[in-house]
Order: sequence, then structure tokens, then C-alpha cells
Amino acid sequence: MGSKPLNRRALLKSGAAFAGGLTLGAAAPALGGQQSAPQTPDHHAPPSWPMIKGDKDMIAYGDRSKYVTSVRIAHPVGGRPSPDQFGLTFHIATPLQDSVGVITPSSLHYVATTRGAFMPDIDPKAHRLMIHGLVDRPLTFTMEDLKRLPSVTRLHFIECAGNRSSRAAKNVQQTHGMVSCAEWTGVLLSTLLKECGVKGSAKWFVAEGAEEVKGASSMPIAKAMDDCILAYGMNGEAVRPQNGFPLRLMVPGFEGIFHTKYIRRIKIVDRYYMNYNDFGHLDQEAKIAALEYQIGPKSVITFPSGEQRLPGKGFYEISGLAWSGGGAIKLVEVSTDGGKKWNKAEFKGTPQRMAFTRFGYQWNWDGSETEILSRCTDELGQVQPTRAQIAKYWNKPYDQTFTVPGLDNSAQPWHIASDGSVTNGFA
Amino acid sequence: MGSRRIVPFAFVLPVLLIGGATVVAQGPSFGIGRTPSPEEIKALDISIGPTGEELPPGKGTAKEGAQLYRTKGCAACHGAEGIGGAAPNLKSKDPKNPDLWARGRILPLRAPFATTVWDYINRGMPLNREGTLTADEVYSLTAFLLFINGVIPEDQALDQQSLPKVKMPIGDNYASLPDWKPRTKRLQGYPY
Repeated sequence: MGSKPLNRRALLKSGAAFAGGLTLGAAAPALGGQQSAPQTPDHHAPPSWPMIKGDKDMIAYGDRSKYVTSVRIAHPVGGRPSPDQFGLTFHIATPLQDSVGVITPSSLHYVATTRGAFMPDIDPKAHRLMIHGLVDRPLTFTMEDLKRLPSVTRLHFIECAGNRSSRAAKNVQQTHGMVSCAEWTGVLLSTLLKECGVKGSAKWFVAEGAEEVKGASSMPIAKAMDDCILAYGMNGEAVRPQNGFPLRLMVPGFEGIFHTKYIRRIKIVDRYYMNYNDFGHLDQEAKIAALEYQIGPKSVITFPSGEQRLPGKGFYEISGLAWSGGGAIKLVEVSTDGGKKWNKAEFKGTPQRMAFTRFGYQWNWDGSETEILSRCTDELGQVQPTRAQIAKYWNKPYDQTFTVPGLDNSAQPWHIASDGSVTNGFA
Repeated sequence: MGSRRIVPFAFVLPVLLIGGATVVAQGPSFGIGRTPSPEEIKALDISIGPTGEELPPGKGTAKEGAQLYRTKGCAACHGAEGIGGAAPNLKSKDPKNPDLWARGRILPLRAPFATTVWDYINRGMPLNREGTLTADEVYSLTAFLLFINGVIPEDQALDQQSLPKVKMPIGDNYASLPDWKPRTKRLQGYPY
């Protein structure tokens, strides 16, 4: 290194002396040919930023800007520390307040585990998926086998059953951060089941992971034949270990726990198999059990949202996300007066089934105190309710003691004070 | 890859003959994947359904289970008496409550089938040593947990035959899950 000739980095360091003489690249300080330095208030010349040094790692796998600091947080669900003293992680929430578009970057995707399971460090060459039970031909697939089969690539959200706003939550990461959306690539489960030949007596299937607790859930065979995916790809690369590397089951629109990570076995059966996870789904009331299965229509405003601050009155594009386990989003409405008047929002892109839809609503804030919220309608005509509407449906008083039965898909109000500060409307 | 399937005619024919039993009465079309041996399937199949048909031979009693509960480390996480540890309670704090649902989400009490208890101990316990318990040990621990919840008497031995026959206190006092169909509202009559 020491004997290196004067390189470009050194030239950049020497700065002004070479101003005007460098023509190599965008990072050069004097593209305009003028003397420039950060302290010079010259609108025609860009400031002379320090250079992001290229190295092997940067070439191999890029980093985001050091000025972008958005990170996941341990979600307060259940109050378990994450990571705990053993290094186990439980619930990790995605920073929705900083999200743009509809894709959650893999490194920011929410994570949940049922028992704070270990993240298994699986060698994909040794991983197998076995399908057996009520089939004509049980089959075992290697990862290589699966990648030879016809694939699909689809956007799908996953949401944890515990994704529930509370009075204590301060921002949208805490109220709604247990949902994410990614582009998933893999083989349709129906493709594999056709290879195996499902018997007529089949009613359910059990999916099982390879992590140490071998988490297993029963799901309807109709779902398997409809749109489940054995996904090995996520956002253009391999599924991350936190999200099930090398293979996870996608059960579009169903509660998160069904999306079996590290999937190693599928057993076709004739009844609800009452696995430990299934036992957790039992309820006294059939209505509530139904509301804890397929995710309802749900939306939330991500800007402006809790803990953000509007600098002053004037124009803002309100931005948010909508999704439903029932299919594609058909309509999003935004209210800027606490739910009295609802205005149709604009879709950013084409809504896809069981995927995030980004919406926007152009708003001129007059600087007075108000409350903003969004609601959505999906392709089945299901409408996202307010908590007051849900309470009315269940004939319960709507007060601080009211808990939404089943998965909570209620509208999230954000309160905006006259100084522009945004807070949780439930607080 | 040695036993890669052969696609052909000889294989498809019997499927067609018993066609009534198949939903998809078509032969394999890609020829990808390997047929696992019955032994391989048996070794991997740890799903114990309500009928208990997958249960392995073995037996155990609550007395043996009580000892294992201490020596295998269960007590360290679940509490000496099954209550108050860092891990989920295995015994109700309110065992006399006439409403079984009000007694808490206790696996060996609220599970509709004793097979669920056996299955979960076998696949997921103990922490860090999952899958190391013998069948006898799992029968014994299951018997112990059912005993401390008043489900079976202390001297009842559990095995392949008796475990699935244990009458759990919840009976059929729970809602079954919805008969899910594609492109259907999650709950008919519910507008949201």
C-alpha cells in the first residue's frame, strides 16, 4: 500500500488545489469547473462531500447511506425482551414510518417466532421438503429440485396476529410494525401436490418447520390448492434466515404464524390435526375463531404519523399502506376531520391480491388541530371499520376497556396538534 | 437421486383404476423429486393426530413423569409445580373455576386431545435438547401433566392405546375453525 502512486482519493483529499482539474466522476468536487467547498455559499457548485470509499465489501454487497438510519425495533408484544439472554429473538417490528412504495426491504422485514425459536443455520444443500400422508405418491424434494419446477413471483404481505394498536404505542412502528410486504418467488404448493396426487379424503394439510421446535400448523387443503407458495426467493435474492431460509411457506392473506419458516415437511391429512399452534387458535366462539384466520381489510397512514411533526401549514401528501387477506384493495379513503368526511385516495401503482397498496391523498393543512385516518375496502366488499363500529357490532360499549375481537383491523387515528406534532389518536 | 421416480404408464395405470380415491387423477408430469421409503417417512413423521395412529410403542405413568419433570429440567422453566416459571404455565392458577375457558390457556388442560400434549413435548421439549426424550419419557411426562390438572388418576399408565382415549375436560366445548373457501369473506354477515 505504501508504495502506491498518488491515487484519486489522495487527489480528492488535496481538494482545492486540484479544483477544476478532475474530470473522473460524480464525486469530484468541482464538476462545474469552479472553485468549490462546503462552506462556499455558491448555488452553482455542489458541496464537496467526502467520498464513500470503495472496498471489496461495497463491491460485493452494497450498503445504504449512513444518513439513512431507519431500523427495526423489538416490538412490545407480550413484553418479552428481544433478543433475550440466550440471543433468541421474538417479535421485531418494521419501521413503517420510513417506508416508501410497497416493498419492505428484506433486512427491515418484520420477524416473529412462536417460542423465540432459534434461527437455524440451514445448509440448503442438505435441506429437504417431504410431502406425504393422503397422497398417491409421497415425494421428497431438494432445493435444486424445487428450482427446476415452474415458479411464480408475487407480492404478498405477511401480518402477525398480534399487530394491534394500543394506547401506549407512540408511532406507527409500534402500532402497526408487525406487517411487511415482499416479492416472493417459489413453486406453487398446488404444483407439488399435483405431482403427489392428493387423495379425495384429504381435507387439511400440516406444514412443519425444521427449527428446533418444529413448529407445525393445520391449514385447509383448499388453501393449498389455491395460492400457497413454497418460497425460496425474497425481493430478488434468497429468503433471509430470519424469514425462513432456505424455504418458507407463503399462505397469502392468512395470519403470519401459518407462513411456516424453514419448511421441511407437509403431511396431507383428513382432519384438523390439533398441533400446538392449532390449539392456540381455538376459541369458544366460532365468530371470533373465523376472525383469527384470514386477515381483514386494513390500512394505516404512515405519513404524517405518530412522533412526526409537520413544520407548518400548507401542502402535504398524506401517504399510507392498505392490505387485505381477502384479495386486492379496491378503495382507500382518507379523512382529515376525524372521520366526518371521507375522501377517495389515489393508488400508487396497481393493487395486487394480498399485497400492500400504497395510497396518497393531497391535503392542504390549515394549521388547526385535527385528526386524520384512513380506511379501505377490498375486492370482496369488506370495509375496514373504526373501533367504535366494531364495538357496536359486538354490542359492547366503546370505552378504554374495549378490545377488538379476533385480529384487529380497525382504523388508526393520528391526532395533529396546531403546532404540527402528531400523536396516537387512541392515546 | 438414486431412486428418482420413473414417470410412466405402469405407474399411472393403478392410479386410474382406483380413480375414485383421487382428486387429481393425473400422473406425475415433471418427474422431479424422489420417492421416500416408508422407513424414511416414519422417521420424519412426528405429527401425532387426534387418533394417535402415529404414536410409537412405549408407556409411562405420572409417578415416573414427576421425576422426569425435575431431572429433565422442566421445572426450571415451568415452575416446580407447573406454575410461575418463565415458560407457559402447565397448571391452572384457577383450577376450580367452573368455566374451563376461564382457567387459562393451559395445554394439558384445555387441549381437546391428549395427543397434542404428547406431540408437543416430543417435538419441542426440553429447551435446547428438543427431540432427545424417549417415547417412554414422553408418555410419562404427558401422564404427569394430565395428572396435575386432574385429567387422569396418578396410577393410570399411558401408552399407544390409552393415550388417544383420554377424555379431555374441554370435550367438544370449542368452536371449530371456519370452512375456508377461496375469495370468501372471513365471516359471513360481518361487514368488516
